[in-house]
Amino acid sequence: MSDANISYGAAWLAALTDHAEPLADYPASVRVVDAALAGRAARYIAVVPDAHARFPRARAGEVGLAEGWALARALHDAVAADEDAADKRVIVAVVDVPSQAYGRTEEAYGIHQALAAAAEGAIRARRAGHPVVTLIAGKAMSGGFLAHGYQANRLVALSGEGVQVHAMGKQAAARITQRSVEGVEQLAREITPMAYDIDSYERLGLLHARLDIAPTAADDAEAVERVHQALADAVADIGDTRGLDARIGQGERTATAAVRQRLAEAWAG
Amino acid sequence: MRDVAALLQRQSFVELPARARCQHLLDDAGQRELLGPFERLTSPWLPKQNIVTQSDDGVVIMRGTLGDTKVVVAAVEPAFQGGSMGEVGGAKIAGALTCALADVKAGDPVVPILLLETGGVRLQEANCGLAAIAEIHDMIVALREHGPVIGVITGPVGCFGGMSIAAGLCSALLVTREARLGLNGPQVIEQEAGVDEFDSRDRPMIWSLLGGEQRVATGLAEDLVDDDVAAIRDLLAERVTAAPKTLARTTDIARFEALLETVDPAEQATAETTRAMFDQTTGAA
Repeated sequence: MSDANISYGAAWLAALTDHAEPLADYPASVRVVDAALAGRAARYIAVVPDAHARFPRARAGEVGLAEGWALARALHDAVAADEDAADKRVIVAVVDVPSQAYGRTEEAYGIHQALAAAAEGAIRARRAGHPVVTLIAGKAMSGGFLAHGYQANRLVALSGEGVQVHAMGKQAAARITQRSVEGVEQLAREITPMAYDIDSYERLGLLHARLDIAPTAADDAEAVERVHQALADAVADIGDTRGLDARIGQGERTATAAVRQRLAEAWAG
Repeated sequence: MRDVAALLQRQSFVELPARARCQHLLDDAGQRELLGPFERLTSPWLPKQNIVTQSDDGVVIMRGTLGDTKVVVAAVEPAFQGGSMGEVGGAKIAGALTCALADVKAGDPVVPILLLETGGVRLQEANCGLAAIAEIHDMIVALREHGPVIGVITGPVGCFGGMSIAAGLCSALLVTREARLGLNGPQVIEQEAGVDEFDSRDRPMIWSLLGGEQRVATGLAEDLVDDDVAAIRDLLAERVTAAPKTLARTTDIARFEALLETVDPAEQATAETTRAMFDQTTGAA
């Protein structure tokens, strides 16, 4: 959210965990809550706005340096804690991230490395056998989404305005592609992967489920119950799988399917 | 002073296009490009925007050997659309890594080498590029369990966006002085945070913070190498034989969090202060 006071991520994290207290020892912008999902142990994680965050470029819910490393720690600790457990806890990433943090200090101290550590944390959790599910409850943008949420086995999204997936905000995208903002918006209406809305994103075959629930419905007990159920269904669907195969080459990503198939044929020679 | 004769003998890597880069790095015998330009696997999204496609979508995948090691090189073409990752190019890299992982798991090791001249997601294919990059991240981490995955950044484009995260996941990163490595491109930071935060025309500042020399000095890249085909090839031949090991850059979380605690966010970072901070926490972990 551009408004630092509203975070769908914070609202849904609280709703899904029955307002349980987040773990201490994390920055205020990274909420980690151990709670249940359909009777199974789960770790819920959200990046939320913190008007007093140490790094000023990451106060509106962006994934910055501190957030990247904290996400990595939350995931590594979960993997370590369940190392010998047969039933590894579910990881639920609740996502409303407007972007990664943009700043000089961020680049100087290697924000790409912080985000790599966060992404690796999720990949390792998934590959160690933790079911990893993402709830896209608001914006899932760019590097912020790559670091927090995109490595889940299954992606579940809410619907409507405010639920968006994209690689870059409109202003910056216009500048980089040397177009006007209106031009970007026009193309976003015509070219599926350039669109910001979740309905277009769904057509790319990347979602496991899209729920007809608005991001503003976090205080509606019935909506929360439906989201819980959808997350539990996603966990059941994951079963023993550990990869991203379920979403590769689906929907309008037909070129992805064609390239991968052709490559597999050509690989051995 | 450097040996002038040796300098004259040098062949620049930075100036080579992607296909030639692959050809120069691999042993001459047994090179084989997969999904080359004659397969005409082009972007389905660019023509709808009146943008000319390229018949390899700006990514070259080539198998071969480097000494005794089987490798697959994935090279992004810096001259096509800023080295951006579209659906097809992204799927070529993610798909090649997927094939490599299958071979590795079957006991037939192959080491991936990624030539990362890329601005990240191709914005004309935004969500397809982002999805492919997430799949590339997954494969790099999976492959690293079994052996090295090597990233090379030489310039001229540098490595940005989601692909800088891919670079951060590589077990070894080779860079030149011309290379830049950063999450957000200078123009994007300027657009989002203002010119006082980041002046995209201030090239000395940009290279001092994101340049290859600084990244090696701060431990965010492993090897600084000259812009010289032979030197890069020789170094790669050593690195591809490395055993799998824990990657401190992604797993030494305590060290990085301690480092951040000592940073003063109110002070604008310079190359010197950044190096001093990294030095201070080295070995403390």
